[in-house]
Amino acid sequence: MKQIQDFNVLKNRRLNADHYILELQSKHPIEDVCPGQFVQIEIPDSKTTFLRRPLSVHFYDKSKNMLSLYVRIVGEGTKYLGMVNENDTLNLVYPLGNKFTLVNKKKVLLVGGGSGIAPLLLLASELQKSGNEVVILLGARTADGLLEINTFEKYGKVVTTTNDGSAGVKGLVIDHPVMKDQNKFDFVYTCGPDVMMKAVGEWAKNLNIQCEVSLENTMACGIGACLCCIQKTVRGNLCVCTDGPVFNFNDVVW
Amino acid sequence: MVNLNVKIGDLVLQNPVMTASGTYGYGPEFDDFVDNNKLGGIFVKGTTLEHREGNNYPRMAETPSGMLNAVGLQNKGVDYFCKEIYPVIRHYNTHIFVNVSGSKVDDYVKTAERVGDLEDIPGIELNISCPNVKEGGMAFGTSCSAASEVIKAVRKVYKKTLIVKLSPNVTDITQFAQIAENEGAEAISLINTLLGIAIDAKKQKPVLSTITGGLSGPAIKPVALRMVWQCAKTVKIPIIGMGGIMNATDAIEFMLAGATAVQVGTANFIDPAVTMKIIDGLNSYCIEHNIKDINDIVGLIIKKS
Ligand SMILES: Cc1cc2nc3c(=O)[nH]c(=O)nc-3n(C[C@H](O)[C@H](O)[C@H](O)COP(=O)(O)OP(=O)(O)OC[C@H]3O[C@@H](n4cnc5c(N)ncnc54)[C@H](O)[C@@H]3O)c2cc1C
Ligand SMILES: Cc1cc2nc3c(=O)[nH]c(=O)nc-3n(C[C@H](O)[C@H](O)[C@H](O)COP(=O)(O)O)c2cc1C
Ligand code: FES
Repeated sequence: MKQIQDFNVLKNRRLNADHYILELQSKHPIEDVCPGQFVQIEIPDSKTTFLRRPLSVHFYDKSKNMLSLYVRIVGEGTKYLGMVNENDTLNLVYPLGNKFTLVNKKKVLLVGGGSGIAPLLLLASELQKSGNEVVILLGARTADGLLEINTFEKYGKVVTTTNDGSAGVKGLVIDHPVMKDQNKFDFVYTCGPDVMMKAVGEWAKNLNIQCEVSLENTMACGIGACLCCIQKTVRGNLCVCTDGPVFNFNDVVW
Repeated sequence: MVNLNVKIGDLVLQNPVMTASGTYGYGPEFDDFVDNNKLGGIFVKGTTLEHREGNNYPRMAETPSGMLNAVGLQNKGVDYFCKEIYPVIRHYNTHIFVNVSGSKVDDYVKTAERVGDLEDIPGIELNISCPNVKEGGMAFGTSCSAASEVIKAVRKVYKKTLIVKLSPNVTDITQFAQIAENEGAEAISLINTLLGIAIDAKKQKPVLSTITGGLSGPAIKPVALRMVWQCAKTVKIPIIGMGGIMNATDAIEFMLAGATAVQVGTANFIDPAVTMKIIDGLNSYCIEHNIKDINDIVGLIIKKS
């Protein structure tokens, strides 16, 4: 069931100039969260923002009433949110949206770029639990943008690309040798900039590999009430907040 | 015990707090957060004769203390509503109103007729004020002759409670309030959104696909209050006030300005349980101010001046 719930900030961890991870804990039991689902978070003490902000659940631990968010600063909301201190209270509406399809005992590839890596950690951990061979491909502009590699390594084999070649393979994610291995994967999951998701999706389509993308359309309500977040699909306009954020690549009209 | 009942036409609302069209889906979207049976009423999404896909993305821009939307009446049409949605929501123990929109007079009439056959829909809200569609919508709400033509035509076929929703995008809103009253509407509701633009300076482009959109939220509250107050001085039929109501105090302000009931819109996005808090807040306000019947505060600032 969807909830409006207060969480305390356990930790606000800066990763680099414009990325941070918030670890949150509630005094009360928390809801089940599936990989791909998101929260609508109230931005505290902001004089300029008005609406909540949608953020994917990066990780969660039901036994400790904890969940974490991985955030990239792009504007006022994500900036103010990054200034919270330990023990501050944050108000969440969650869990929202659909979820990634979880397969068993398959070879799977997760491709993330920018803040798009946020939903992939929980996904990787669940996929590993159900006996999949997990490969995680993370792309960034420079080495400084490749974050949380060690954490991802707990749940699969991590490979990387950077545009300038300062770490991993030089180029875009689509240039990585792991993607040249024909028919190796049974399922591909991707989240990140549209151009990246499109390139990965086209690649998968050509090889007849199932591919799911997680979209980040701007939202007002997050619960299917306002119809502001729509995405054109082969089934007409769908709400990213309730019919998504996860879509089959072939359903999306780009 | 405080009396929170108010009347719109012959309908008794259990309290004055209702939800605004386009901001509350059909109601079930909020079942996890509120008890819909406790609301004074629910105004469902704008409904048209035919299916409409609405406008292209982006449809939303956040603005200071508010937001612009350009949804453009996306809905699956009145037949879909009658067959698929109505059976699910008819059993809520509250009044459900359908927000009827259209591009031609005939569309409004046919949609109203279809909804008129539904036993558990006691009224409609005639939306002649949507700023986000190319044809019709606001065109009916900004021309006196078009407004009176469409209200007259719908009134002829629709025998239950008829509420006309007015556009703030006019020079003198009281003219339209007067027309609605003359044409036999039981009530008027106001305001719909104010026409606005948001521009992305970095990209040097408008934010919305439609360039213009409708402004809602606290940013429009003073304008809405002024218009409710003006209309309350002009017509005798009840007024349903809205525009930026975020809490019980805002709702009280609308009632003091002359609204018999209120609708809560954009606030539902920020706190999906806000309507329940507003109902409780109205009750507490009355107790604190020793008011036995909430109707006693309706239009109080007009009576006092
Ligand atoms: C389902 C979903 C899950 C998301 N998960 C995450 C996450 O886990 N981590 C994370 O960092 N971000 C995530 N996002 C994106 C995040 O919601 C936005 O970056 C955030 O709302 C921007 O708020 P702001 O106030 O900082 O920026 P604003 O001031 O609102 O905008 C600043 C600039 O960023 C652009 N922008 C705003 N929203 C988006 C968006 N959704 N996508 C791309 N550009 C945008 C605007 O056009 C503007 O140019 C997610 C979005 C969705 C819809
Ligand atoms: C996303 C959105 C969609 C809306 N759709 C409709 C609609 O279909 N019909 C209508 O009459 N008003 C519509 N409105 C206007 C609201 O019902 C209300 O008049 C307006 O938002 C002002 O109230 P508020 O400030 O409390 O939101 C919409 C408003 C928003 C924000
Ligand atoms: S954000 Fe309101 S419907 Fe998706």
